[in-house]
Amino acid sequence: MRYLPHTEAERARMLATIGVGASDDLFAAVPPAARLARPLDLPPHAPEFAVEAHLRALAGSNHAAGDGPFFVGAGAYRHHVPATVDHLVQRSEWLTAYTPYQPEVSQGTLQMLFEFQTQVAHLTGMEVANASMYDGSTATAEAVLMARRLTRKSRVILSGGLHPHYRDVVRTYLDNSPALICQGASPAGQGDILERIDDDTAAIVIQTPDFYGHLRDLKRAADAIHARGGLLIAVVTEVVSLGLLEAPGALGADIVVCEGQSLGNPLSFGGPYVGLMATRKDFIRQMPGRLCGETVDADGQRGYVLTLSTREQHIRREKATSNICTNSGLCALAFSIHLALLGEAGLRRLARLNHARAVALATALRAVPGVELLNRTFFNEMTIRLSRPAAAVVETLARNGILAGVPVSRLVPGDRAVDDLVILAATELTTDADIAALAAGLAEALK
Amino acid sequence: MSMNTQGRPTGPGTAAPATASGAALLPDEKLLFEIGDTGHSGVDLPEVEIGGDFLGGFERTAPLALAGLTEPEAMRHYVRLSRLNYSIDGGMYPLGSCTMKHNPRLNEKMARLPGFADIHPLQPVSTVAGALALMDELAHWLMTLTGTAAVCLTPKAGAHGEMAGMMAIRAAHLASGANGRNVVLVPESAHGTNPATAAFLGYAVRTIPARADGTVDVAAVKAALGSDVAAIMLTNPNTCGLFEPEVIEIAAAVHAAGAYFYCDGANFNAIMGVVRPGDLGIDAMHINLHKTFSTPHGGGGPGAGPVVLSAALAPYAPVPFVRAGELVEHAEGGHLGRIAAFHGQMGMYVRALTYMLSHGGDGLAQAARDAVLNANYVKARLGGTFSLPYGDGPCMHEALFDDSFLAGTGVTTLDFAKAMIDEGFHPMTMYFPLVVHGAMLVEPTESESLQTLDQFCDAMLGLAAAARAGDAARFTGAPTRAPRRRLDETRAARQPRLAWEAPAA
Amino acid sequence: MTTRYTEDHEYIRLDGATATVGITAFAQDQLGDIVFVELPAIGRKLKKGDEAAVVESVKAASEIYAPASGTVAAVNAALVDEPGLINTAPDGDGWIYKLTLDDPAELDALMDAAAYEKHIG
Repeated sequence: MRYLPHTEAERARMLATIGVGASDDLFAAVPPAARLARPLDLPPHAPEFAVEAHLRALAGSNHAAGDGPFFVGAGAYRHHVPATVDHLVQRSEWLTAYTPYQPEVSQGTLQMLFEFQTQVAHLTGMEVANASMYDGSTATAEAVLMARRLTRKSRVILSGGLHPHYRDVVRTYLDNSPALICQGASPAGQGDILERIDDDTAAIVIQTPDFYGHLRDLKRAADAIHARGGLLIAVVTEVVSLGLLEAPGALGADIVVCEGQSLGNPLSFGGPYVGLMATRKDFIRQMPGRLCGETVDADGQRGYVLTLSTREQHIRREKATSNICTNSGLCALAFSIHLALLGEAGLRRLARLNHARAVALATALRAVPGVELLNRTFFNEMTIRLSRPAAAVVETLARNGILAGVPVSRLVPGDRAVDDLVILAATELTTDADIAALAAGLAEALK
Repeated sequence: MSMNTQGRPTGPGTAAPATASGAALLPDEKLLFEIGDTGHSGVDLPEVEIGGDFLGGFERTAPLALAGLTEPEAMRHYVRLSRLNYSIDGGMYPLGSCTMKHNPRLNEKMARLPGFADIHPLQPVSTVAGALALMDELAHWLMTLTGTAAVCLTPKAGAHGEMAGMMAIRAAHLASGANGRNVVLVPESAHGTNPATAAFLGYAVRTIPARADGTVDVAAVKAALGSDVAAIMLTNPNTCGLFEPEVIEIAAAVHAAGAYFYCDGANFNAIMGVVRPGDLGIDAMHINLHKTFSTPHGGGGPGAGPVVLSAALAPYAPVPFVRAGELVEHAEGGHLGRIAAFHGQMGMYVRALTYMLSHGGDGLAQAARDAVLNANYVKARLGGTFSLPYGDGPCMHEALFDDSFLAGTGVTTLDFAKAMIDEGFHPMTMYFPLVVHGAMLVEPTESESLQTLDQFCDAMLGLAAAARAGDAARFTGAPTRAPRRRLDETRAARQPRLAWEAPAA
Repeated sequence: MTTRYTEDHEYIRLDGATATVGITAFAQDQLGDIVFVELPAIGRKLKKGDEAAVVESVKAASEIYAPASGTVAAVNAALVDEPGLINTAPDGDGWIYKLTLDDPAELDALMDAAAYEKHIG
């Protein structure tokens, strides 16, 4: 077996050093009833080429985003990742390092996390950021819990524009608490329900651009919630938008959470992704997740360590801010490298390009008979109403090699009002030919 | 006041004269923000005009202040930074309870196939048959290896899997009308995530003391059980590296009391293919794909923590899951809702399945046996010198020592660990499990050759001899041969600097 | 002035109607460098044994319990910027909070200096 270094002779020598006769003797503490009497019904070990052939066959039966025109978004986005990013993240010293608990031999990871935290703080317009969370949805749930700890209030309002999966995750984390107020599907950009804010409201959660692509007024929401002593949690699922749109921090957000997949990370069928979380300095002791901080070593040289870890599970145990342990280190690295390659100038250009492609998409869609654009505002994503049920139309186009977007009914089941709606995204990878193929396909399907 | 762990030095330690570092090979790398600026970019993109009027007045006015690097600058920055890291590819990582095994590169290659890496979680289900088949196949392997009825693949890490499993237990109790069960039993040797998870779900934690031999006493469990207990969270093999000999009796007692058995599967590497946890009577167990099934640690993640469930808990698994080749995305019946967006860590599923297929059922069992063999070999070679808190009987995949052999030397466990760095090894796990004072937990994994194990043991014995010979300075000033000397954690915590700030002009 | 000690290493020093609470020199030594202190709110009513404050070192967070029942009369705001005072002067400038006692007789149940010395023996 190519991953196991010992020969049988070496195993025998080692057993002799230990002073037992057989490997089974090392399992003496295992009650006989618990030991497997026969090998498991699983295939035997296989050469590399055989494993590769099996997995290639599985991969080959999926339609990859690059195989044809592609407009699927709704919380995960297909962007170009520079070749440098994937080369670097596969370096041994990044890929196969453990969590940097021994800072003297982990300065690479630690300095990278310090840079990552700084990048996220700048991007979101906040003072501090943590060293990453699992993904945007779990970061949102953690932000809600953090806001409740900070305010010692219980009610939480989720805007109707919040991604339905994110809403479901918050619901699960809060055990379907009656203190959670969720607005239903709001495909026309309505449903921020600021009028529901009261003195017991810990936070209102607003996504922008929202699930349907609309740009939401964070400033108005911040003013409304602050007037009652609560916090604004801003959610961004498409971080590229922050190159063109105002930073949530500049608009009054108290906690900003993002899905960072768009930078550096492949779609990968939903994971692993990287959650970003940023907030005000005053709130750091209630922030979950790892934090990296600057210090000096015994010679006075600048260096970095994980810090403020008394908030975390391995020290506070049942009093921790969260049970989170693992972060998304390697995805954070990919995010950080991609953002360093872009820089401010590159990110602004990338965001403008995304928006321009979306404008081209919107223009083409509006010209298709039977298609109505619901958005007056958008960044790179929009919702359209079709003249017939959307799921079947999307399926028809998929059969013709065009992945036309996400039927809203897939995420909001049982609501007839959304049956005709599709959410579509454009990115820098969307070509004029892709848009023309989509428009033609839609026109044909809606005939 | 409570003191849940002992104090230990967190300042920079005593300074010995610094050794000259090889600047060309161990670079001192400035921060991204000190190298780059907002005008540099390593991505060529056209400057486009924005038509239409779709931004609603929300355009950014605040500067981003994001430093950029051209491609050669970026390559150099991240390559130089990477050289400051220890890695499993570069050396042995004997971190107990972390299972730092070899990460095969075939895993990486397979995860990057466009048919896996470039598919969207919400594209039509009809276009991702291969992805669903892969999830089904991974589920089959996990259920077969554990002898359980169901698996929820979604959890993003071990602690997330714990949460999912414990939520399923809570839901099962609620469904049966058992609302008064608000206590979870946790042995004192448990990982910190266990009590954190129980508390997170609103449970009170009742601690079970360890026996003098480091295992859990079925009588102590029975004494703690009652109609208020929802579950026990037990790690097996436990964090002392021992198989719980009374685990079957514990499971029976827990079930007889109407509670469930949550098993922390962090140490599954010791028993895969040898023992099926389902046969022990467990109801739920998470499996860290990034430990047992070789997906890379990546400097702290991403992980993946699928949780297997008994038939009793299967009806409460969170969505989504694959059932008979179909993707079930919305909660129905007693199923829990989502614990994360989309379908979990697909990239990690591909890597883990690649690893399983490479090993096969026979290879996985051999890997477990070799992991246990390696730990016992280290224990045998070091046991005469290093103190063994629980005697010299066989351990499972990790060997636990304590620091009593250092008594009177002026060398602490921490000093000893830092001196290991100067010998070319990553330190072992220290001060965990909490039940052992000055714990040193060594988990070599099956990946280490006999030659490497001997080098490691020789280095450890050499250090122990030096400590006893009175060479305390070698330890208290260590490390001296790393990119940094000991770092001042006190300063970092007292005056937190969590982001770079431009120096005042 | 009487000073009494708890088994959990808090001291309480009675001076007239108010008592000063902190942690002992032994406790600060065990904890290592203190990096953060969470102080109680002034005016908060505490019952004996309630969690009143938290002191954190880099590696540990420890709750400070109320050695006796009473109302928080003052807190040591200097600890916010200089938590290390607990290390340098635990029974002086490193005091944590002052309590107006409900019943000074409650202190009789606590250890005196000699008994505490023996306790940490």
